[in-house]
Order: sequence, then structure tokens, then C-alpha cells
Amino acid sequence: MLPLKEKDKPIVQKLLSAGCCARCILRFCCIRVQATYRRPQQDTLEELQTFIHSAENSQSHDAAAPETSGENNQSHDAAAPETSGENNKSHDAAAAAAVTEAPQEPPSKRAKLEPSGTNAASEGGDGNAAAAPRIAAGVKAEKYEFDSLVLSVSLPAQLCVREHSCWLHVKKEVREKGLVLDKDDIIPLKEAFKWIMQGLVSKELGGAVVVTKSALEVGVEFTHKETDADCHFLATVCPDCFKPAKNKQFESMVLVFPCRHFPCPPTQPSSCCSPQGVQCLHLSVFVAGRYNKFCRSLPQTPWLIDGERRMESSVEELIAAPVLSTFRAEGFNFSSSGREDVDVRTLGNGRPFAMELLNPHRSRLSRMEMKQLQQTINKSSDKIRVRDLQIVTRRPIQREDISFIGDIKELTLDQKTPLRVLHRRALAVRQRVVHSMNVHFLDPHHFHLRLKTQAGTYIKEFVHGDFGRTKPNLCELLRTDADILELDVESVDVDWPPAIPE
Amino acid sequence: MDGIEQKDTEEEAPSVIDRYYTRWYRADMKGKPCEDHCILQHSNRICVVTLAETHPILQSGRTIKSINYQISDGCSRLNNKVSGKSKRGGQFLTDFAPLCRITCTDETEYTIYSCIRGRLLEVNENILKTPTLLLERPSTEGYIAVILPKFEESKSITENLLSREEFESVVSKRNVAESQPS
Repeated sequence: MLPLKEKDKPIVQKLLSAGCCARCILRFCCIRVQATYRRPQQDTLEELQTFIHSAENSQSHDAAAPETSGENNQSHDAAAPETSGENNKSHDAAAAAAVTEAPQEPPSKRAKLEPSGTNAASEGGDGNAAAAPRIAAGVKAEKYEFDSLVLSVSLPAQLCVREHSCWLHVKKEVREKGLVLDKDDIIPLKEAFKWIMQGLVSKELGGAVVVTKSALEVGVEFTHKETDADCHFLATVCPDCFKPAKNKQFESMVLVFPCRHFPCPPTQPSSCCSPQGVQCLHLSVFVAGRYNKFCRSLPQTPWLIDGERRMESSVEELIAAPVLSTFRAEGFNFSSSGREDVDVRTLGNGRPFAMELLNPHRSRLSRMEMKQLQQTINKSSDKIRVRDLQIVTRRPIQREDISFIGDIKELTLDQKTPLRVLHRRALAVRQRVVHSMNVHFLDPHHFHLRLKTQAGTYIKEFVHGDFGRTKPNLCELLRTDADILELDVESVDVDWPPAIPE
Repeated sequence: MDGIEQKDTEEEAPSVIDRYYTRWYRADMKGKPCEDHCILQHSNRICVVTLAETHPILQSGRTIKSINYQISDGCSRLNNKVSGKSKRGGQFLTDFAPLCRITCTDETEYTIYSCIRGRLLEVNENILKTPTLLLERPSTEGYIAVILPKFEESKSITENLLSREEFESVVSKRNVAESQPS
């Protein structure tokens, strides 16, 4: 059963008669139950129709004309029974009968609801099923080693216009539904789309979880040729807004466009959105170690003079080649703590270096495998040798990476009793507030953090996370490992005991 | 002065585990090859049970299908509740008490054991929601459980376990044995 209330009826009726797809009707009814979006479109549609009829019957209409009675009752909509009814509508209403919703919802793009509402859904209900294998195939083709991914979806820009048009169409009804409901309360199309797609993609990929935060990002862009021109009118209505290329402007502009520039509700398209290729990107992996150089004719990095190469190899390249192929990365950035001249050897324990591996298709190597990789590098050349090769998470930070910390205010933490005091305190989750923070950048691995917190906040645990038992913690906020080296208490803001003037 | 401080921290800074915990190991748990466990003991005697880096689950390409703290029909570690300073009500565990079962996507199942005697304080519910924690951060956010040994047993419980050095020598012998036949 769909969790619909009596108040939803006018919205459902109006959108159904406008030819809106069943799932978008749920969105406009602000239904947050994800499972309802995953059901076959056809089932939802039938249930929506039944839902309307139940109303009609209870209002003493005879049940003989089930499909139409709902619409008949709508004074401002077409009045005749369904098939002819839709056709007979005035020009406006006929346009309305063909809503946005189809392109708005790429999974069911073809699930545009035809006036009679039956066959369309059956062909379109599989829209999701068709996009999911394409996305999954795109991921599989790249042969990533992964167990979770985050799906990022880019939908056609004209959806903004069409969605708004649809909103204008039912604004009154939606607002009547609840005291404070507004356009923001409608389930965003993207969200509903992800609810549907995530499970399907996950299934196609043999159980890999599709989550909101993962090292692997899979981007899919959808386009819809048929309605591409739908937002072009904005260029003439408010040309000024197009000067700075900022999305936000575009959206806010859409919000003010008057109905007369665009059919309301929007026209019903006949085709689906189509996915335009799948882009996968894995977060960088960082590898560090130390290298020795035993050769007086080997530069650290490729040596180019006037675009012409001197010396045939370099330390960087000798190390990078096996590392890149093992991690199946697309590129790398090499950095080391200092460098030596081409004719200088580096002996002893060697010079520390780090490499950022870009878009690695493999990211998890055990210690043993890292050891093997190190052996491979060392066997490949007698000019260099590598030791202590390891994956590191400590990546250098930049001033800009941490500046956002200062903007965080009144951050509520859930702190489980820290392990270091758990032997003498009861186990509990305590909520504490970090009122404000400010950061002072020192170098790429260090910064000062000043915090003002509620009494009883465990600061050390807020920084290192205590095995993930304090959430959120600084590691999580910075998306990297963080630890605390020194801690000072600068002020205890309690008025007691009163200060005695000296 | 500043220069000196700088230098100190540029060397590999000891982690939270390095600073406050001692690592103890159980190799080939219950005779199953490579099923190594690592116990982190805090100086306050609290122990955190984790997978050792050498555990088969953490080897290349494995992915986790499910993690189950329901170790028998009648007993789920998720039902463990402790109350008060004295941690009343926690399940009492012996060395070979199973903590959870982990199934990989290739359908292999592994049981993770307590390895030490003590009272179960908590299990890590975060790995149920995000199993990748276990793979990516096995010794920190991907821990399995927290156990409080009895005060009088806090020294003796680690007698049967291997120190870091002992464990490393076991692993290196294992690697030699592995590479010889091939």
C-alpha cells in the first residue's frame, strides 16, 4: 500500500490527469518511503488510480466509469471520460496532460503516462532496469577493485524548468496538504532517482554497495534531446543572468520565471533520457618510501633542456613504472624531501619520497604485496634501491584544505566513553558541543586548532576519533588521518570562585 | 626551539595505537592457517580485538558480504549491554569465544574469536553499516570488539599471545615456507 493520505488526493488527481509519471506523483506527495519508488511503475500507477477511485466511490459516484470519475470531478480539468476526455481538453489542458515527469525521471523516462495510463507504464517501467546495466557495464569495463561506490548523477538542465512548471501546477494542492509544505519539501528528483538506481546498480555489480561516501565515484550524465530547448526561453527572458556561468543563478532564475513563458504543466515528452557514458574516478592513493641512488648519471626526475631529453632514465621513472602497473593508476605525482644533483649518489637509508597515484584501479595492497612490489622495483634496476615502501594516508594539507574548519559552529559530537577512561567510567554515548574552532596552518603536516567546547568534551578523542567512537571527529571532517601532538587548556570559563583583585 | 620540535614530528609520528596500546597476536587461530588476530591492550587493561593485517579477509581483492554478530541461535553479541562503572551485565568471554562471523563475497566464512578472557564491553556496530571500514582500517575504525579483562588477570591473559616481534617472525617463516615449493 502506498502511504497516501486523503490530502494527497487532489495532487494525485491533478498530476495523473496531467500525464505525470507515477513516481513523480509520489515525489510531489512528499513520500519518503524509499521502497515505494522501487516498485514497478505499473503497480504504483494502478494503485494511484485505485486510490483516486476509492475516493470517488465513497463520494457516492457509481463505479461504472472508474478511470474517468476522478477527472470528471476536477472542475478546471477536462470533463469527458478518459480516452476522449484527454483529447477534448482545451489547448492548455491537453498540453498539461503530457507532463515533464517523464524526462524528469531518467529511470522511467519512457514511463510517461499516457492518458489511458496502462500500456505506457509497462514499457517504461523497465527504464531503470535498462540504465543500471549500462552504468554497471561502464564500471566493470574499468576493472576497478572496489567494494563500494558513490553514484553521482547529472540530470538535464531543463528539468529545473519542467519541475518548477509542475510545481506551479500543483502548488496550491501541495500547500493545502500541510501547513508548512513548500517546494523544498518535494522529494528531489535526484534523490528519488538514486533510491531506485542504487539497488539496481548494486545488484548488477554483484553486491557492491552503493553508498554516499566512497573512494570510487561513478558519474553518469543524462541528456534528453527532445526537451533540450525547454530552458532556452530563459536566455531571452533574462539574458543578464547568463553572463556569469554559475549554476545557482540558473536555478534561482528558474524559480522566478512566470508561467506564461512555459506551459504549465509542461508538455509530455515521448522519449527517455539517455545516459551519456559513465565516468569512474577513484580517489588517489599515496605511496611513500625511501630511495638510494647508486649511479652518477641518473637525474631524480626526467631532465629536459629545451624540450630535449638528457639522460635516458630517472629515479622517479624507475620507481613509478612498477608502482603504476601494480596499482593500475593513470598517472602520478612524485615528490621527495629534497633532491640531489644528477652526479651525486644517495646512500645510507636513502631519501624519503612520496607518490600520489591518480585514479588507481587497485587501492588495497597487503603488506606482503607491498613488499613484493618493492622487490620488483629493486630487481628492475641496479641504479636505485627502494626501502620502507608503504601506502600512506598522511597526505600533505594545504591552507585551503583546513580553512573550512573555522566556519563550523555549534558542532554536536556523539562521544562514546573514550577507551582510555572506560575502565573507570560507565559506557555511554554523550553529546557534547564544539561551539567554535579556528585553525592556524603551520606546514603541510601540522596546524594549530583552537576550540571552544562544552564542558566535558574529550578533545583528544575529537581529534583522533578513538577508533571511530567519537563522531564526527577531525579525521572525518578533514577526510584524512589526524592526530594530536600537544594539548593546552587555555581557559576554563567558569565564574566560580570569584576572582580576588590583586 | 621551534626547529627541534619540527624535527621531532617529521619523523614518523607514533600513532595513537603506538602511544597507548601494546599489540598482542594470536597466529593461525584454532589451527586455521593465517587466521591471525591482533589484540590491542591499552595501559588501562582494556583490550580491543582486531584482525591482524595478515588475516585472509584483508588479502587482495577480498570483499565482505556480511558480518554477523549473532553467533548462535540464542546468543547475539549485539544484545550485549553493560551498565555502570563496574560494567555489570556484559557477556563473559573465554579465549575461544566467537565474537562474529564474517562472510566474504566468495562465500568463505571466517569466525573471529575473543582471544582473551574478559567481559565484553561493546562490539563495533559501525562495520555492519560500513563493512569497508574493516578492510580499509582494520586496526582502528574497523575493530571487532572491546573487552575488559578481570583486574587480576590483566597481565596473565596475554601470556598465551605472541608479542609483535614473535608474530613477525612467525609471519616471515610462513612466507619462506610458502615461497619454497613454488
